[in-house]
Amino acid sequence: MRQHKLALCKDHYLEWVPEQVERAIQKYHMFSHEDRILVAVSGGKDSLSLWDILWRLGYSVDGLYIGLGIGESSAEGLGYSDESERMARQFAEKHALNLHTVSIPQVYGESIPAIAERTHRGREKPCSVCGLTKRHVMNRIAREGGYQVLVTGHNLDDEAAILFSNTMNWIPGYLVRQGPVLEANRAGMVRKVKPLCRMYEREMAAYALLRGIEYVYEECPFVEGSNTIYYKEILNKLEFDRPGSKINFYLTYLQAKENGLFAPLADTELELLHNCPSCGQATTAPGECAFCRMMAKGKKP
Amino acid sequence: MEIKESPRLFATIFLRGKSFECKTGMTLRDSLIKLEINPETVLATRRGEMITDEEILKEGDVIKLIAVISGG
Repeated sequence: MRQHKLALCKDHYLEWVPEQVERAIQKYHMFSHEDRILVAVSGGKDSLSLWDILWRLGYSVDGLYIGLGIGESSAEGLGYSDESERMARQFAEKHALNLHTVSIPQVYGESIPAIAERTHRGREKPCSVCGLTKRHVMNRIAREGGYQVLVTGHNLDDEAAILFSNTMNWIPGYLVRQGPVLEANRAGMVRKVKPLCRMYEREMAAYALLRGIEYVYEECPFVEGSNTIYYKEILNKLEFDRPGSKINFYLTYLQAKENGLFAPLADTELELLHNCPSCGQATTAPGECAFCRMMAKGKKP
Repeated sequence: MEIKESPRLFATIFLRGKSFECKTGMTLRDSLIKLEINPETVLATRRGEMITDEEILKEGDVIKLIAVISGG
């Protein structure tokens, strides 16, 4: 690991990763052993590794899998969403852990691509519909289940790419809000945390591989050409030339924020927060939240 | 006449269904750079075991690369 000037054998690596994650949990006051935690699992390397790490660290953690209805299963194999669900279920069964599953097509009557097509939301891709729906469902299940905290598997590369995007586009509200912890500062919101925010994506893939965690290798079919991938490629070029660039970019940003260099006033949305009259979740939009409006759009009364 | 199979002078690297032949005696990292694959974006396995970038490639090595960057 050039970025840390560190080389470890398999056994020590598998001890080192949970130690690093535990440090992040403590440093950013994410949660304690008394909290009930819900981890959102996609069937990918990051979220399943995170669930494994939290379980090994002795936290009380259940999983949530959201079936998006992407890719069709056939005689030749499972579609993207079905294969992802299989991985999440397999992990939960192997470790005797509790997994909640929510199928979007079953609960809402349409898959994510179908909702995107109906509502014309997003530019030929259902990614914004997917993000909005997942955030809504994750928050709902965490609230209904009485979980104190919702945990996601965002790694350093994810965070650095988001930060890069927000900086390139100068989005002050997002720049003020981004961080390892998103507080529940309104009724209807659940605290969200990212314990892998300081772990490189490559480190997490190595952890999954060395721990023998089976995860879905296949990418979402809609990811090709995404901005996130583009920004990650740019950041990885920087990392190749200057090891440590990604972690330095992210940690110096967090430090700057802690030092008050980003004015809270920039986050104008916080002032506007209220509860959606339909679902009760927090929203900045007047009246119903974006999810409820999206689901009602184009449907006959 | 018995035909002897000549030893393979190359290592083979696989990534996303494509194969690349590489000279032996180089580190995996240098081979990846030569193939214009950013080492930051992959992990390498040989016979199912993970190997580091500093591993010297040997004749007949079959290296499978795993792409580690996902769309998030």
